[in-house]
Amino acid sequence: MWRTLPLFPEQASTVAGAVDKLYFFLIAVSAFFACLIFALIACFIVKYRRRPGHERAIPTETHIGLEIAWTGIPLLLTVVMFIWGAKLFFNDYNPPTNAMEIFVVGKQWMWKFQHPEGRAEINELHVPRGQPVKLTMISEDVIHDLFVPAFRVKKDVLPGRYTTVWFEATKTGSYHLFCSQYCGTQHSKMGGWVDVMEPADYARWIDGPGVNEPLAVAGARLFQKFGCAACHLPEGKGQGPSLVGVFGRPVKLTSGATIEANEDYIRETITHPGVRIVAGYPPIMPTFKGLVGEEGMQQLIAYIKSLGKEDGAKNPDEH
Amino acid sequence: MNTEPTPLLPREHYLSGQYGVKSWLLTTDHKRIALLYLVSVTLFFFLGGIYAALIRLELLTPYGRFVSDENYNKLFTMHGLVMIFFFLIPSIPAVLGNFFLPLMIGARDLAFPKINLASWYIYVLGGIFTVTAAVTGGVDTGWTFYTPYSSTYSNSAVITMAMGVFITGFSSIFTGLNFIVTTHKMRAPGLTWFRLPLFVWALYGTSLIMVLGTPVLAITLALVGLERIFHVGIFNPAMGGDPLLFQHLFWFYSHPAVYIMILPSMGVVSEVIACFSRKKIFGYKFVAFSSLAIAVLGFLVWGHHMFVSGQSVYAGMVFSILSFAVAIPSAIKVFNWTATLHKGAVIYQTPMLYSLGFIGLFTIGGLTGLFLATLGVDVHVHDTYFVIAHFHYIMVGGAVMGYMSGLHYWWPKITGRLYPESWGRLAALIIFIGFNLTFFPQFVLGYLGMPRRYHTYPPEFQVLNVMSSAGASILGVGYLLPLIYLIWSLRYGPVAGPNPWRATGLEWQTSSPPPTDNFLETPMVADEPYNYEDMDSA
Repeated sequence: MWRTLPLFPEQASTVAGAVDKLYFFLIAVSAFFACLIFALIACFIVKYRRRPGHERAIPTETHIGLEIAWTGIPLLLTVVMFIWGAKLFFNDYNPPTNAMEIFVVGKQWMWKFQHPEGRAEINELHVPRGQPVKLTMISEDVIHDLFVPAFRVKKDVLPGRYTTVWFEATKTGSYHLFCSQYCGTQHSKMGGWVDVMEPADYARWIDGPGVNEPLAVAGARLFQKFGCAACHLPEGKGQGPSLVGVFGRPVKLTSGATIEANEDYIRETITHPGVRIVAGYPPIMPTFKGLVGEEGMQQLIAYIKSLGKEDGAKNPDEH
Repeated sequence: MNTEPTPLLPREHYLSGQYGVKSWLLTTDHKRIALLYLVSVTLFFFLGGIYAALIRLELLTPYGRFVSDENYNKLFTMHGLVMIFFFLIPSIPAVLGNFFLPLMIGARDLAFPKINLASWYIYVLGGIFTVTAAVTGGVDTGWTFYTPYSSTYSNSAVITMAMGVFITGFSSIFTGLNFIVTTHKMRAPGLTWFRLPLFVWALYGTSLIMVLGTPVLAITLALVGLERIFHVGIFNPAMGGDPLLFQHLFWFYSHPAVYIMILPSMGVVSEVIACFSRKKIFGYKFVAFSSLAIAVLGFLVWGHHMFVSGQSVYAGMVFSILSFAVAIPSAIKVFNWTATLHKGAVIYQTPMLYSLGFIGLFTIGGLTGLFLATLGVDVHVHDTYFVIAHFHYIMVGGAVMGYMSGLHYWWPKITGRLYPESWGRLAALIIFIGFNLTFFPQFVLGYLGMPRRYHTYPPEFQVLNVMSSAGASILGVGYLLPLIYLIWSLRYGPVAGPNPWRATGLEWQTSSPPPTDNFLETPMVADEPYNYEDMDSA
């Protein structure tokens, strides 16, 4: 029975239990009010049905106390719901700092996953149990949405902009992965599985056969190939700003504004370099739009990130 | 419940005197225009119903063997577009509102009778575009036209369909404009705002949304057209656009549009509950102002359709709290209707059964709306069958039940004849059962994680889908019955007389069917509405 008529999804992430708890609270509140209304209606229409001996309604007056009660009590309950739900939501938006990062590209109608160690996979995502995982996602065409019901997480995947989602799996096993934003003809087939493995198994898997070079290494090669290295010299001696240690830090722009050098900003400066220029540098960078695909973009970002990690301590641009 | 001797149809009424196609196509009588709308929206309702039937047939099995992916996508797109823009939005305002707003305020017609007729022609023109889109291959964007899919990637009749919706929007604007002016300027002597029937208040709130919201939809669709035809980058990031801008614009209209669909039904329910419990509406002013509160707050909650879209976390929080706020006026209405039943003299006529059904189903629809306003839970159920179930409880369980209630309540006034009561009750019961069997399992499916708009699905979801499809077939029978017995009653129904329900309200003070000019002499109003206690003791 349970297999053919499931009533409840599996809990396989750290947030699943918390979401379900709030869900049950909402069910309890809803069931209470629904039963209250149904019981009152049933009681009134039977007790006060028109019949011989009860031909006419008994006049009642609007009761201001009642009006205040049934405005105020639901209002208070919704405030509780709001705060509780907003807390969970805030948690959904802020991945732990130790999260392992995986790049995701959605396209009609498949998912491509890129592990930083170099292993890539399609429509199947291997992750270790007990380790926060942050997915940095982008679409090559229309809007998609990555949804893993067992983890209770979901996020739209947009073209032209990164979105992120994170989870920490708590149970090994295979879980459905769906695209839940309608994306065209084979929308319902744009799915697959998330395979949660024991960390040791995952470590073996990630080193498995057919592995490509690490993302940052591929990125370093692209960095040379596109001639980025000619201007973006370390220590700020080139025509462009040094990229060492820049990732994740605030950058001052010519407009006077400050922006965090995150994935989106790096992506934008590669495709639309003239939009937001680092203060003190001339607007001479050519666009690489159309030259760098989403995968190339991931590699470049991974490389720029790695620059931060290696030399972060002796970054000459840091004041 | 008629105590008088068998009544006769009046010698002259709005249906007599002039016959022939021309007398209908060139009429400026709001009652005849209402009937033109009645026939048109009924055709579209059953067209949308056929699409729904095919969807449910396909979902009987998980493998998608009945139609292709492409055709399935077109089925749910056309189902949504036809039902929303060509049935739900015009249904109560353009049929029942058109017919009864002037009658309920003691006016001879709407303020702008020719604009009223024009609105029907515009509706039909929009309908022709829609049918053209359907027969020239259909549309596969979903009724929401999300970009950049609709503006760049879809290979279907997007432009024809968007034209249809764009054009039909103007009929909505015309109707809204007409209702607002009529309510302000044409009330009978003595009919102050707080003596207005609640149906008029509800139509007034609805009209405000129609006039203020619909132009935004028109602009949005025009921008999609610009991008699709002339490749002006507005929504597609590959051309420098922003896909989320579309969603903001679209939902700025389309969320208030939900209230265009549900508010008029709430108005009908207020009329019917009062009449068949023979009592004043409990908390008249609270019910009246909650309609306006819904109309206003409804414009401020569009972002709850975008909680997982990548909009900022703080925007999500603001839209969440505003969405909870809009639930409050709906709750006030439900409580006041329930309190109206208390100490009433309740009669189980068909319109009352539909209205009681409305309260029950709308309550479930409203409460499940709270789940979707709750950010942490919405992340999980967003774009799943939970959402499908929720809005069908509002739009079918709410809006359509209200429409059926109103149609039965006013049928004797419109046609002069009564429908067969026992068939009416039976159909109401079948619809209620079929509806719940169709849509309740979808809440469970949604929480399990079945995404919406899925042609194929994992086999473990099959049992719940089969339940849903079984319910849909019962629901289909429930909707066919009134089609048959209402048409039957046109000829064979017992003559109703002016006021078969012994209802208050000016519309019941004239003959059934009413004369062309509605009232032989202008009625005067000296009392609050729903004074059933006095009426019954007279």
